[in-house]
Amino acid sequence: MYEGAVQDLIDELGLLPGIGPKSAQRIAFHVLGADSADVTRLAQTLQRVKEQVRFCRICFNVASEELCRVCRDARRNESVICVVEEPKDVIAIEKTREFRGKYHVLGGAINPLDGVGPDNLRIRELMQRLAEGTVTELIIATDPNTEGEATATYLALLVKPMGLTVSRLASGLPVGGDLEFADEVTLGRAFEGRRTLDV
Amino acid sequence: MGKGAGQYGARGLYRDHAIVLRLHKLGEADRIITVLTKRHGKIRAVAKGVRKTSSRFGARLEPFSHIDVQLYLGRSLDVVSQVETLTHFGKNIMSDYAGYTAASVIAETAERLVDEEREPALRLYLLTVGALRSIAAGEHDPPLILDAYLLRAMATAGWEPALQACAVCGRDGAHRAFSVASGGCVCTGCRPPGSATPAPETLELMSALLHGSWNYADASVEKIRREASGLIAAHLQWHLERGLRSLPFVERP
Ligand SMILES: [Zn+2]
Ligand SMILES: [Zn+2]
Repeated sequence: MYEGAVQDLIDELGLLPGIGPKSAQRIAFHVLGADSADVTRLAQTLQRVKEQVRFCRICFNVASEELCRVCRDARRNESVICVVEEPKDVIAIEKTREFRGKYHVLGGAINPLDGVGPDNLRIRELMQRLAEGTVTELIIATDPNTEGEATATYLALLVKPMGLTVSRLASGLPVGGDLEFADEVTLGRAFEGRRTLDV
Repeated sequence: MGKGAGQYGARGLYRDHAIVLRLHKLGEADRIITVLTKRHGKIRAVAKGVRKTSSRFGARLEPFSHIDVQLYLGRSLDVVSQVETLTHFGKNIMSDYAGYTAASVIAETAERLVDEEREPALRLYLLTVGALRSIAAGEHDPPLILDAYLLRAMATAGWEPALQACAVCGRDGAHRAFSVASGGCVCTGCRPPGSATPAPETLELMSALLHGSWNYADASVEKIRREASGLIAAHLQWHLERGLRSLPFVERP
């Protein structure tokens, strides 16, 4: 145990995703040894992100205004929605330049072991968007792992009565990986070769 | 099989069959996996680089995978060095949402029923493999497979609910009342206040699930299945210190 402020910092860092006690300690000592100006900038950036960035009212992507950049863009195709787990997946897909429709960010995947069910994700909001009748195709781009596939299965069944074309990103994406780790070429190819889901 | 050093090879290498129960992200690309092995009980281990696209065993280390795994003893956690798939349960399970939710409860139950790592749990391992295989093969409705698993898993832990003889005095039944706190069916003389009075078919269904009378179980109606599920869940949660997180998400027809 370290004294007061140092231990507080280690404890706070340890709450971040993917940061274990050892990493927390390493980052804390990096901060202690860093220039005062650098630390101030980091602190201000953290504060600014909470003050200025919010979630898009329509698709729940990160946004600096009421609507995100994609939802504000009139050239984007309103009839296709690509469903992803996290805002970082939007960034990964945007990099491929293969997709010109809109997005819907679920906020995760269905994972009963972690206490995450359909009601904990933005599925109700997705259904409301689909009920408006503009959308004709749904592309499910949840992660290519067990939770992502199960979420895709759930969504495909749920929207089945609506008569949309429902597709899933093509295989070729490594199973067990995260969408964010897929390279642009692979992800772009997965988009082109998406397959229709029959449930 | 003893717990001595004899079962570990050079550099602490060992190999076993296992079911993957749970994955946790660790840092940027690694995962901590919890597996139930055939001979070494429950093990938590680090799998390095599995979230990267170039990973050698990313796809093989998914929840509900049945694997042949080689590990070496680490300082705090063991480390996965090789994985081969034995059976692809996961593929069928994740394309069946009811199966996925039932399999999640099975995995959580298996994890919770083994307190100590490396404490051999062969019967529970075999039950778990069998239940996941049955879900993947679509042999019965997933909630029925789950309830059969929960009853038998409780039996391995010594918490099998009494379904015939009175749980308190042992008088032979059938009895109408069921008391979780007393341990199952209770006779009129022993029933504590607040005991449930399930339909007689519900207790018969529980018996059928415990003993594998699948013809009877498959023919049961949803109302009876729901009542049995409720009693089984209550019985299980009574014995576990904390409730199961995954149980409320079980998808029923
Ligand atoms: Zn938006
Ligand atoms: Zn009695």
